[in-house]
Amino acid sequence: MPAVSKGDGMRGLAVFISDIRNCKSKEAEIKRINKELANIRSKFKGDKALDGYSKKKYVCKLLFIFLLGHDIDFGHMEAVNLLSSNRYTEKQIGYLFISVLVNSNSELIRLINNGIKNDLASRNPTFMNLALHCIANVGSREMAEAFTADIPKILVAGDTMDSVKQSAALCLLRLNRTSPDLVPMGEWTSRVVHLLNDQHLGVVTAATSLITTLAQKNPEEFKMSVSLAVSRLSRIVTSASTDLQDYTYYFVPAPWLSVKLLRLLQCYPPPEEGAVRGRLTECLETILNKAQEPPKSKKVQHSNAKNAVLFEAISLIIHHDSEPNLLVRACNQLGQFLQHRETNLRYLALESMCTLASSEFSHEAVKTHIETVINALKTERDVSVRQRAVDLLYAMCDRSNAQQIVAEMLNYLETADYSIREEIVLKVAILAEKYAVDYTWYVDTILNLIRIAGDYVSEEVWYRVIQIVINRDDVQGYSAKTVFEALQAPACHENLVKVGGYILGEFGNLIAGDPRSSPLIQFNLLHSKFHLCSVPTRALLLSTYIKFVNLFPEIKATIQDVLRSDSQLRNADVELQQRAVEYLRLSCIASTDILATVLEEMPPFPERESSILTKLKKKKGPGKVPDMEETKKERNSDMNGSTEPVSVNSSAVTMSTPSTSTDLLGLGLAPVLNSVAPASAGGSLLVDVFSDNSPAVASLAPTAEENFSSPRIGSADVVSDDPAAAVHDADELVNKFVCKNNGVLFENQLMQIGLKSEFRQNLGRMYIFYGNKTSTQFLSFSTAVICQDALKTHILLHLFCITKQVDPAVDGGAQVQQILNIECVSDFMEAPILNIQFRYGGALQNMSVKLPVTLNKFFQPTEMTSQDFFQRWKQLSIPQQEVQKIFKAKHPMDTEVTKAKIIGFGVALLDMVDPNPSNFTGAGVIHTKNIQVGCLLRLEPNTQAQMYRLTLRTSRETVSQRLCELLSEQF
Amino acid sequence: MMQFMLLFSRQGKLRLQKWYVPLSDKEKKKITRELVQTVLARKPKMCSFLEWRDLKIVYKRYASLYFCCAIEDQDNELITLEIIHRYVELLDKYFGSVCELDIIFNFEKAYFILDEFLLGGEAQETSKKNVLKAIEQADLLQEEMETPRSVLEEIGLT
Repeated sequence: MPAVSKGDGMRGLAVFISDIRNCKSKEAEIKRINKELANIRSKFKGDKALDGYSKKKYVCKLLFIFLLGHDIDFGHMEAVNLLSSNRYTEKQIGYLFISVLVNSNSELIRLINNGIKNDLASRNPTFMNLALHCIANVGSREMAEAFTADIPKILVAGDTMDSVKQSAALCLLRLNRTSPDLVPMGEWTSRVVHLLNDQHLGVVTAATSLITTLAQKNPEEFKMSVSLAVSRLSRIVTSASTDLQDYTYYFVPAPWLSVKLLRLLQCYPPPEEGAVRGRLTECLETILNKAQEPPKSKKVQHSNAKNAVLFEAISLIIHHDSEPNLLVRACNQLGQFLQHRETNLRYLALESMCTLASSEFSHEAVKTHIETVINALKTERDVSVRQRAVDLLYAMCDRSNAQQIVAEMLNYLETADYSIREEIVLKVAILAEKYAVDYTWYVDTILNLIRIAGDYVSEEVWYRVIQIVINRDDVQGYSAKTVFEALQAPACHENLVKVGGYILGEFGNLIAGDPRSSPLIQFNLLHSKFHLCSVPTRALLLSTYIKFVNLFPEIKATIQDVLRSDSQLRNADVELQQRAVEYLRLSCIASTDILATVLEEMPPFPERESSILTKLKKKKGPGKVPDMEETKKERNSDMNGSTEPVSVNSSAVTMSTPSTSTDLLGLGLAPVLNSVAPASAGGSLLVDVFSDNSPAVASLAPTAEENFSSPRIGSADVVSDDPAAAVHDADELVNKFVCKNNGVLFENQLMQIGLKSEFRQNLGRMYIFYGNKTSTQFLSFSTAVICQDALKTHILLHLFCITKQVDPAVDGGAQVQQILNIECVSDFMEAPILNIQFRYGGALQNMSVKLPVTLNKFFQPTEMTSQDFFQRWKQLSIPQQEVQKIFKAKHPMDTEVTKAKIIGFGVALLDMVDPNPSNFTGAGVIHTKNIQVGCLLRLEPNTQAQMYRLTLRTSRETVSQRLCELLSEQF
Repeated sequence: MMQFMLLFSRQGKLRLQKWYVPLSDKEKKKITRELVQTVLARKPKMCSFLEWRDLKIVYKRYASLYFCCAIEDQDNELITLEIIHRYVELLDKYFGSVCELDIIFNFEKAYFILDEFLLGGEAQETSKKNVLKAIEQADLLQEEMETPRSVLEEIGLT
């Protein structure tokens, strides 16, 4: 080999490089580069035609400048010229520039393709190689389009030189990676497979890579490669180290090819044909045997190459997962490596064992190494090795060793690197939950987690422990006791305060019998942490306090004092202030029955996959977390019945999805809403309850926050030109809802809108459900409520979106829920309009529906005696106060139906008032913010004429009018 | 398949970069910065492999130069380590006891050798003899075709 004098080709380049290296500062370097760029630019633009050499030199300089990290935006044309040159060195530099600097979608590609085409057709192997290298380096789609037809031909042609075949094979591999759709399969495939038999090991090496890539996508088409690969492999592993000449690397025969062949075989299940299978098993045994032989060289290259083949063989054994004997041998081999002095080998052994742990045949064998792995966790100096040890412990964990492994992980967590703490926390949380026989152990473990690494305990983890405690009543008392004790530490992590606050709020009563944890002591303990906590935690604690009011009436006064203090009631944070105000009010006004209902214990959470597991999967990427459910199923069949079967998993596992986590927080949404309906009595109670929910959840749960982004529609927010114009069947829909509060408001082919509403005094809340009836996603989904001008002053609407799926995309078949809060300021006529917009299949859909918010919704029924009724009736004797209407019945005149309708209208149906028993009388009060309007009504049916006479008397003319209009449409 | 190979000095200067997957220049720079930092921060006795994003990084230091490869999940770390070593051997043989300066001043040769050895992120030719023979032939072509130049022209003063 002639020692090449450095830079002999281009002295100018060497001088330039030296100049750059001699630059003392970044500025000087940039100055020198700019000077050079200006020079090159002028040379390229100059009149004098540059000869090939100069062009080559300047292009090389540009390349160098680019590699220093500067942008190059010219010179491409010159490079293309160079690659079309007949001189090899010019061509080579031209191709190099293009390979490094041209990105796949450059406009130059056509010109470059032309040059490549010529070189491929040149029959000059050196030129052909340059062209193929360029295709493989750039690999753009245009290139694939131009050459995918030719390259297979070059690859399998009988007269192609070996080196060109090698380039062609890998070139095709690259194109198949970037544009698999363009690489045609065909007759050439079987000839490519037969390259595995080629004399030239370099060709076989390149071809094996290509076949592996192709076989991953078309396993059937390349099936016959299995037997050829096995026989090739067999010839290699049985050869003497000198047989393969230069393909032997530090006494290891063709290690690269061996690894590739073993990799190719991992695209397929174990060979079906007995002979092939036997031969492969022999190969694998030979490789395992060789690992036990004394090394032929002390060089690390020898052991690396040898072990590279060994690890790949083990991968194949694990992939086949069918030969218990081989699996156990592999495990033992890896066990040896666990204590090897080479860090690299220990690392790989831990990694490889992780996959072995999931095989039913080797799981038990892997478990025998537990002490070594734990030791690695304690002694390895390299964090990436410790990380592998954690992974392996996680993978080998089962019911038999869970307590030990969790304890060791917790131990390690105390000193673990920050970079892997969160992951360890997740793993511990999952294992503790999964293998908990005794849930007190689980609770202890999680509390320990919070103690040791509170900052790394994500929300998912502490939500989870609460879910589990709530769902398992056998552990509630213990949990309350444990958190109570843990909270006594002078400094405890905020996450502990959250868990503690929540659990005591639910189950503090279970330990209140003990004088050491009496209600007052519990409360004082929690409250001593209050001032050190962040706003969300304080909000949660306030919820705990109001729960205490229910659990422990004896400390109600103390709690009220706390709520009443200026630091709460006038807290700068609006969320805390609101909670304090509302909870205080709730505690003062509500009867114990109502309190008990509103503040009752949380219902169990639905059982779903653990959100922690989801999080870990997300963190590690799919496939990196061994699916323990799956593997354990297989494993259990092997574990002689001493361990419990899979069902333990399901009992031990799992409920929440991220969306339910919002429910978990505080006394926010779920429990209060559930109890609204039964707690119908409570005067202004509802005011509190209503205004409490939504914002409370928002501030507590960051995930929910964005859900509130849809605009609060205040009166002036939305102006519509003429909303009523587009309104669907306007009044008919509204009339349907005059006497009822729930039902389907609107339906077409695309969507259904359902309603549930409740009204108390002058306040109302409407739940609107939007159901996507199609299988296609709605995009840009938005809604708005529009009040016409006249209405604005009379009714206030607040539209909230709550929790689930309120992002602008609504999946096919999914339902989105919104809450509309309504306040009636004074009496009104028109109904507000709900405007819905979304994109469906590209088209913008726009629909408007009248919301059935009618004046009668704000009725409070009034019971009165016959005497009272007639006395008041007489009082309302001014002609304008009475409205009367005689109309024809639209429906069959059924007494019971009529009664129901009147009650549904909102008034009290007064029996025995009217002397004529077939008449109906009713009384009620319309509540608005400004005034209250009493209302008496009388309905006289005439069955013979199929007519009704409706008479209404109220203190306000407009109210009488409107109510009469509404009610007369109902019969 | 190897996704890319980076050669950088102990001072963090990039000496060679080879990308086998299409990435924007911006992304390449970001990856380079991140990896150079990560690798330089590691201590000598640490293991040569690390997880990085969804890739495996295999690196080894030779004198003042770090050779750093990114491979995919199912790829073999140890054989990649020996890919690096074989490339170093090839450079060494070609330049005669290679040093960082050889690669700086003859970066194009370093690329040519790499292209003969690895293509599309896979080993093309693992025989040292065959790779060197190919480079040797190219150099012969170069010598035949090169016409002598005046010294002035070489320095760039023409």
